[in-house]
Formats: sequence, C-alpha cells, structure tokens
Amino acid sequence: MNLLEKLDAAAAARKAMLPEGVGAFGIPIEEVYTATEARIGNRRVLLLGTNNYLGLTFSPECIQAAHKALDEEGTGTTGSRMANGSYHGHRALEREFADFYGCGSGIVFTTGYQANLGTISGLVGRGDTVLIDGDSHASIFDGCILSGAEIIRFKHNDMADMEKRLRRLGDRTETTLIIVEGIYSMLGDQAPLADIVELKNKYRCTLLLDEAHSLGVLGETGQGLVEKTGLQKEVDFITGTFSKSLCSIGGFCVSNHPQLDQLRYVSHPYIFTASPSPATIASTRAALQLLREGSHLRKQLWENCTQLYNRLAEIGYQLGPEPGPVIAAILDSPKQALQIWQRLLEKNIYVNLILPPAAPDGKSLVRCSVNAAHTTEQMTYVGDSFAKLYHEVLQS
Amino acid sequence: MTDNSYNEIIELLCDRLSSLADSEVSITAETNLISELSIDSVKLLNLIMEIEDAFDISIPINALADVQTVHELASLISKIKSAS
Ligand SMILES: Cc1ncc(COP(=O)(O)O)c(C=O)c1O
Repeated sequence: MNLLEKLDAAAAARKAMLPEGVGAFGIPIEEVYTATEARIGNRRVLLLGTNNYLGLTFSPECIQAAHKALDEEGTGTTGSRMANGSYHGHRALEREFADFYGCGSGIVFTTGYQANLGTISGLVGRGDTVLIDGDSHASIFDGCILSGAEIIRFKHNDMADMEKRLRRLGDRTETTLIIVEGIYSMLGDQAPLADIVELKNKYRCTLLLDEAHSLGVLGETGQGLVEKTGLQKEVDFITGTFSKSLCSIGGFCVSNHPQLDQLRYVSHPYIFTASPSPATIASTRAALQLLREGSHLRKQLWENCTQLYNRLAEIGYQLGPEPGPVIAAILDSPKQALQIWQRLLEKNIYVNLILPPAAPDGKSLVRCSVNAAHTTEQMTYVGDSFAKLYHEVLQS
Repeated sequence: MTDNSYNEIIELLCDRLSSLADSEVSITAETNLISELSIDSVKLLNLIMEIEDAFDISIPINALADVQTVHELASLISKIKSAS
C-alpha cells in the first residue's frame, strides 16, 4: 500500500461505520447565536456538545477586552516569544495564572495541546518514565511520545493497578512522572487525587495534573480538582487549557518549582510556534477574572449537570460514575450511538458522537457537555428527548 | 513465576492467544499478532495486562510499537523480566 492508499483504507473504515451523508464529525456550524444556540443546516439547535462550561463565549467583558487589544496591538504576534519577544499581555497572564494557583511560576502556551506536549517533553526524556492513566487525553499521550520516556499506563482511576506499576518500577520511581486529569473528557469522572498524592509521596515521583475540563468547574474559585481536594501543595505541575471554561484558545502550566521557567529554553512546543494573539490573551485575562469570581456560574453549572445526569440515569442510560459537566451515555454499539445522535439532531439538540477506538473499552458514546448558560427548560427538553429515544432506539 | 525462560513465555502466550483468536488458527512463534489473528485492540490490551500480571512486569507502550509477532512479544517480555 502506498501512502495515499493507506489514507484511502482509513477513510473506507470510517465510512463503514458512518452511513453516507452523515457528517457526525466536524459538523458545519453556520451561525452561532448564543452560548447555547447555533444554526446547523437550517435548524436552530441547542448546543450540548461544546466545552463552554461557564457559558462565557459572548461575555461582554471578554469581547470588549479582545476588541481593545485588537485595536491597540494588532491581529497577531507573528512569531515565537523566544525569537520575537513577549508582549505585556503574555507576561501579565502568566503572573495572573501563578497568582490564581498560589504558585511561583506560570507559562502560557499557544494551545492546551501544546501545554501538555511542552510540559511533558520538557520534564522527562529518554531513560525517564511516565505513568499515565489508561484514559489519558491524546495531548498527554503525544507529549509522552515526543519526550522519548518509557510510557506505562495504569487502568483508568485504578489505584491498585497504579501502585502495582509503581512497585514494579523499583528505584526508577524517582525519575517517574505521574500524569492524571482533573475530570476525564470521555466519561466526566474525576481522578482520585488524594490517593494519587499518597502514592506519589510514597514512591517519590513527580505529579502532573491536567485541569483542562475541571478549570472553572471544581473548587470554590474554580482552580479545579486541586482546590476541591485542597491538595494545591502536593501537585508538582498543573496544566490546563483556555479553550474550555475560558472560551478562547491557549494553554498554561503552573508550578511551585522554579525549574518550570527552564522549560522556556528546552521545550519545542513552546519555542517553535507563534505566541497567542493579543486579542486571545486579552479575552483570556478577562475570562480568568470572571472565572475566579464565578461561584454563581459554578452553582448554576452544577445544578444543570445534576439535573441532566439524574434524569438520564433514571431513564436507564448507562452513564459515567459521577455527574459532571461531561455526561456520556455509554452504548453497546456504534449503530445505537449513531441512531441516538442523529435523532437528537432531528430534535434540534447537538451532542458529540464518539465511536471506537476513540471511546474507552470499545464502547460508543453519546456525550453531552453541560454549561452554566443552559436553562432548566433546556435541560428538561434534553431529558425528555433522551427518554423518548431510549424507548424508540434501545428498546425496539 | 520466577525463572521464565523464553520457551515458557512462548508457551504461555500461545495458550492465552488461542483462547482469544479464531479456533482454526494455529499459533506459533512466527504468528503475526495483528495481521493473522483477528483480535481487536481492546482484547489485545486486556491480554497484555494479563501477561503483565503473570510476569509481574509493566510493558511500556513504546516498546509494544515494535512488536508484530508472538516471538517478538516473548523476547520483549523476557528482556523486561530479566532487567527487573
Ligand atoms: C484533557 C485535555 N487536555 C488538553 C486538551 C487540549 O486543549 P486545547 O483544546 O487547548 O488544545 C484537551 C482538549 O481537548 C483535553 O480534553
């Protein structure tokens, strides 16, 4: 098979799973109306498949800040911070992240994907080990591959399996980086951070926590799982993204280890890419402020999450182990998942369809992302729609 | 299991693999895990975990990328086992 034939074979496998004309992946969104509504084709749909957890995409503060930066500093930085320099906004946002987490240092990356790539590949290398959760996000996995370290996976959130693997590492644990996530993006469940910290200390490893989905969502001020568990001092490095609750694009890493700063000189995903645009940085700074003060948004978000999670569980859907802003209905076959996904769209509800191998354990998922701007009526409508489909698709 | 010679590992692998694969296939050291056995990736990962427990080792994912045949898997296990 030549290179192009290999792509053809992959396309054929994808088409075999999705019938002709079903564009479940990369669906065209024609117009965005609000944080919860958009136009797909000629339908006005309810958005339940974004990561806009605090519903801030149209916040006037963020939009104004972005406009101002655009007017004053232009559309882009046109280069890397190492070569072309760091704007005031980049440095200010790094200080604001460090301050938010009560940490000594912070680094801003151009995306959350690169935050993981850059942090992981800057921290570990050949001869070191990374111990990662079996359900880790691709950015973590790719960061590990880039680093050249040995990659060992433990069963998702299974502390007995994690400890077994730490024990097997023997004296190599001192050069081992454990990587976990605050909230896992597939099933919306949280890492058992207290147990992980205990093992990290027992085996003297280093711990990195990706708060991508938990930033703004967990903890009194929205720091994430570290704040909810009160373990800020125990986690060595925290990464996260601006692309979810902060409604822009970019990523960060914060740490109390002053060595974090050295990453700027060794980490290719930081050095060899253009820095975030001034407007991106400005709206992120405004969003971070709103996030810190946003306990009312978190309250609303959690009310919505609990309402939908309980309703879907009551109907009989198999769900992840706990409620959260990511609520996934776990289905046995891609066919069932596809049917539910399509029928929801017919009812003007847009959710995410996740088919094997992207979903864990060969399952298929219909994944909902709830946000603080969803209304109780919208959640009720979604629940009612899922209830009808349960009977029509799963019990027919 | 303490002293796992290469042959013992091969035997164990063939045994476990034949319980997972289609019954007609006879499995030898040269069998290609991916192209000859129709085992899906989830089952293969579960099998790897079972093997890891049986030998009390962790097989790094990067090392698995080079493994095609039963022989290559057995050599890898034997190498990790002797280094641990
Ligand atoms: C757990 C996790 N980490 C990192 C990322 C990457 O974030 P970004 O969208 O900013 O590249 C994502 C987003 O998809 C994620 O789910």
